[in-house]
Amino acid sequence: MKRLVFLIPVLAFAVMAIWFAQGLDRDPRYIPSMLINQPAPEFSLQPIDGRDEAFASRDLKGEVSMVNIFGSWCASCEIEHPVLMSIAGEGVAPIYGLDWKDRPGAGAQWLMARGDPYAKIGDDAEGRVAIDFGVTGAPETFVVDKEGRVRHKHVGPISEDDWRNVLKPMIEDLKSAPPSY
Amino acid sequence: MRRLLISVLSTVSWAALAVQPDERLADPALEARAREISREIRCVVCQSENIDDSNAPLARDLRLLVRERLADGDSNEAVIDYLVARYGDYVLLKPRLKMNTIMLWVAPLFVAAAAAAGALLALRGAKNRNLPAPALTEEERDALKRLD
Repeated sequence: MKRLVFLIPVLAFAVMAIWFAQGLDRDPRYIPSMLINQPAPEFSLQPIDGRDEAFASRDLKGEVSMVNIFGSWCASCEIEHPVLMSIAGEGVAPIYGLDWKDRPGAGAQWLMARGDPYAKIGDDAEGRVAIDFGVTGAPETFVVDKEGRVRHKHVGPISEDDWRNVLKPMIEDLKSAPPSY
Repeated sequence: MRRLLISVLSTVSWAALAVQPDERLADPALEARAREISREIRCVVCQSENIDDSNAPLARDLRLLVRERLADGDSNEAVIDYLVARYGDYVLLKPRLKMNTIMLWVAPLFVAAAAAAGALLALRGAKNRNLPAPALTEEERDALKRLD
């Protein structure tokens, strides 16, 4: 028994080593969202240049949708853009755009050159709606259910794999779920 | 005196402030509270900086938001709660004492207690080893004699 006492530091070291090794795989940019299963924030934004329709929080009720935070200044959005175009082409769920902290007209110009995957776009020039969403960077994408509750947050550009294996199955589940009110 | 002041001012390196002049509030008391809050709020982009020190655009937005809410009459607590509601406890550089942060606060005490207990045991063991050996019994003395 007395001999085993010397094993305690070894065991403690092993436990800590395993614990910390797992931490190495975690993404430090990932901050758990406070909005999961909460209603999306209330907002009503102006349309961006060249669009008549703006994006407001009431658009999020009634159907499963995605909210994508983007900006013409955002390099990763450039990478994500073709994926958003193909998602929009599939027509599984509308993508609403939040043009985050863009100069007037810059977002519209950016979309004109690349194509526009968004059902509606709000101009969040001051970035206040993005803060209400708890956004830490662009791009970020939220999946919103039929009742307008946020169900998932995706940080960084959506890849083809993310869409096929995570977001699309989730959206299809949410679409087939009976309304819970 | 003036020369002394100038030479002191020119040799001391002043920390570059992230807070821009156009962000500051006219009321010095409110501005002081804003600075106090800002130092406790983590910049969610740069993560190990507070928003008072950070030059990230989002940190600026949060600084402006803090000042706006203070100007609207919010208490320091209310402003911090507002940010926590959006970014979670993560936004606080000094985590609050709650059920899910309890380990963070008690773990050092726990480790210190374990170390103290270990030290105590080791000391006691050392003391026992230094005790004079018990005197030989009658039989042992006989056995010893027989060896001679």
